[in-house]
Amino acid sequence: MWQILTGYWSEFITGFGNTILCSLIAMFFSLILGVFFALLEVAPPKIGRAIAHIYIEIFCNIPLLVITMIFYLIIPQFWVKVSGFTAGTIGLALYTSAFIAETVRSGINSVGDGQMEGALSNGMTYVQAMRYVILPQAIRIVIPPLGNQMITLIKNSSVLAFVAGFDLMYQGDIVAFSSFQTIETYVIVGVFYLGLTLPLSYYMRHLEKRLA
Amino acid sequence: MRKFKKFLLLPIIFFLAFTLAACGNKKQNTYQKVKQDNTIVWGVRADTRLFGLMSIKTGRVEGFEIDLANAITKQMLGENGHAKLTKITANTRIPLLKNNNVDVLMATMTITPDRQKQVLFSKPYFKAGQGILVPDNSKIKTVQQLNNKTVLAVKGTTAVANVHKYAPKAKVLEYGDYGQAFSALKAGQGVAMTTDSGLLAGIASENPGYKLAGSNFTNEPYGIAVNKGQTQMVKHINKALDELKKNGTYNRLIRKWFKGVKGFNIKEVEE
Amino acid sequence: METFIHAYSWIDIRFLLQGLWVTIYVSVISIILSFILGLICGLVRYMKIKYLSAAVGFVVDIIRNLPLLLIIFFTYFGLPKLGLIANPTIASIVALVVFEGAMLSEIVRSGINSVPTGQMEGARSNGMTYVQAMIHVVLPQAIRNMVPAILSQFVSLIKDTSLATIIVLPELLYHAQIIYSQNTSYLIPMYLIIAVMYFIVCFCLSKYANHLQKKYL
Repeated sequence: MWQILTGYWSEFITGFGNTILCSLIAMFFSLILGVFFALLEVAPPKIGRAIAHIYIEIFCNIPLLVITMIFYLIIPQFWVKVSGFTAGTIGLALYTSAFIAETVRSGINSVGDGQMEGALSNGMTYVQAMRYVILPQAIRIVIPPLGNQMITLIKNSSVLAFVAGFDLMYQGDIVAFSSFQTIETYVIVGVFYLGLTLPLSYYMRHLEKRLA
Repeated sequence: MRKFKKFLLLPIIFFLAFTLAACGNKKQNTYQKVKQDNTIVWGVRADTRLFGLMSIKTGRVEGFEIDLANAITKQMLGENGHAKLTKITANTRIPLLKNNNVDVLMATMTITPDRQKQVLFSKPYFKAGQGILVPDNSKIKTVQQLNNKTVLAVKGTTAVANVHKYAPKAKVLEYGDYGQAFSALKAGQGVAMTTDSGLLAGIASENPGYKLAGSNFTNEPYGIAVNKGQTQMVKHINKALDELKKNGTYNRLIRKWFKGVKGFNIKEVEE
Repeated sequence: METFIHAYSWIDIRFLLQGLWVTIYVSVISIILSFILGLICGLVRYMKIKYLSAAVGFVVDIIRNLPLLLIIFFTYFGLPKLGLIANPTIASIVALVVFEGAMLSEIVRSGINSVPTGQMEGARSNGMTYVQAMIHVVLPQAIRNMVPAILSQFVSLIKDTSLATIIVLPELLYHAQIIYSQNTSYLIPMYLIIAVMYFIVCFCLSKYANHLQKKYL
């Protein structure tokens, strides 16, 4: 096992780097999109609610792999060429954003209508009330579930392997099938993934206890 | 409380014992096993036209290799011999053979020195070589022209190493199977797709707008693979293969599948 | 437009439905088994049995933090090493059960933790045994708390079966790939229809579950 690690060190590191990069980009965009659609869903206009609702239902109920494949294979036929890395990252961001929207929305809802009414009757506008009263309270509630979403996102980034995205899983496949040491290679890949997800997961548990 | 804990312990102990017991996996003689079960488990492809492709109508895999596998099974075990087909992909085939998921592999697999360290090959059963598939309007004619371009291939095949050898500056993207690789070519993810020309001819014949560029740039016969050390099995496969070539079954199967395929010279492969 | 009509011929649709059937039965078996596994592991972790709970917790944490794709590879290549013949169906079911079971055990554990300890103490002081108290008092309340999380886990299990295409499980996505690799102009119609199929299955499951939840809980 040690020989595989040293012999294919650069492959593993490239894959590890790409997995981190893809996860970070996808996290950033999925957070923005997720919060945006959550706000749209709790806002008064009916049309916004409908749009957010459709968006969330679509991306929650279609497998990530299918979404990614659509970006990788179909978009280039009509529009621009999308590399595997980009397609995977876009798919990951959209997919995760739907779950984040759900999480944030339930966080906002759990703050309670009374808070909003109180803020509005104190002369705040809707936006101000959201920004200064509701969201700060909601954030505290949604941080642990959001952390779990991030861990899921890192794990899900392995779909890049299907679209030649040069992530850890893809590189692992290549090492496995050129060294013929399948199980050993996947153990190494697993250790790399755990290096990312396990600390995050323990930190989240710690945070959850403290916030609760 | 204590009783309940014991109840919970049971499945876990069972699981551990099972894991340990399973670790004592003994090496067995494939030929003896095959004879005993009257069944050969073949690892075959389901994504390669002409060789082994899943039929949408019947859900069964059909192709040259499937017919040959059935013929060899009958030759080895008699008329009642049963060929069980397990679908595999290029990247999973060797691990599956080494793990005893399958007894024998007949999966468009080129005989290479690297692979010979891992598995035992029969005599060649098909004369293959690597080609390049490009869109009709492409200017690419030789493998050298692929330098500085993106080429699509399938994981776990010799195609990748060959591209690195003949066009060192080409960038290679690798996929799980030929369907995915060709879809990627169609989506413009690369300028060409490369693998054995027999497979490419199959794709080109069904997809107008794509052609084989130039001729084969390698000579890579396919072999049937068994696990390392199964010499008895390989001997019997070779014998069956020789008999099939002698009695004309082999050529009949070649003609059945490859006659009239665009860009494919049947004389090159007949015995 | 014409390609769509050709792509959705009965033969192709039937082939896709066969794939959908595999997706559904692999999912159903995995849902049942992973629920049992998750319940057992969650209980073991909750009960804080010496060594055992910690060991189970450790294994669960490891599995929870690995990509499912990796676990599928482990079962597919690993089970035969243990002397079991792993065909893709068994390998994917085992992988899904192990992975989703670990995810569920975490949900179960926090679900039981959310039931006030007074409930257990009250039931015990009323003469119930530990097992009776667990089954009749604590678990029903805990399950009520964790139902939404468990259901969304089941929906993701169905979606996750698509990852098993990598080991040639003949499920919906794989069958779609077979069709469009034989005629690539069907690429778009195929992805469209399987997206719709997955959507219908997952959407119906989550809506039906919501309905049940409102009716009975």
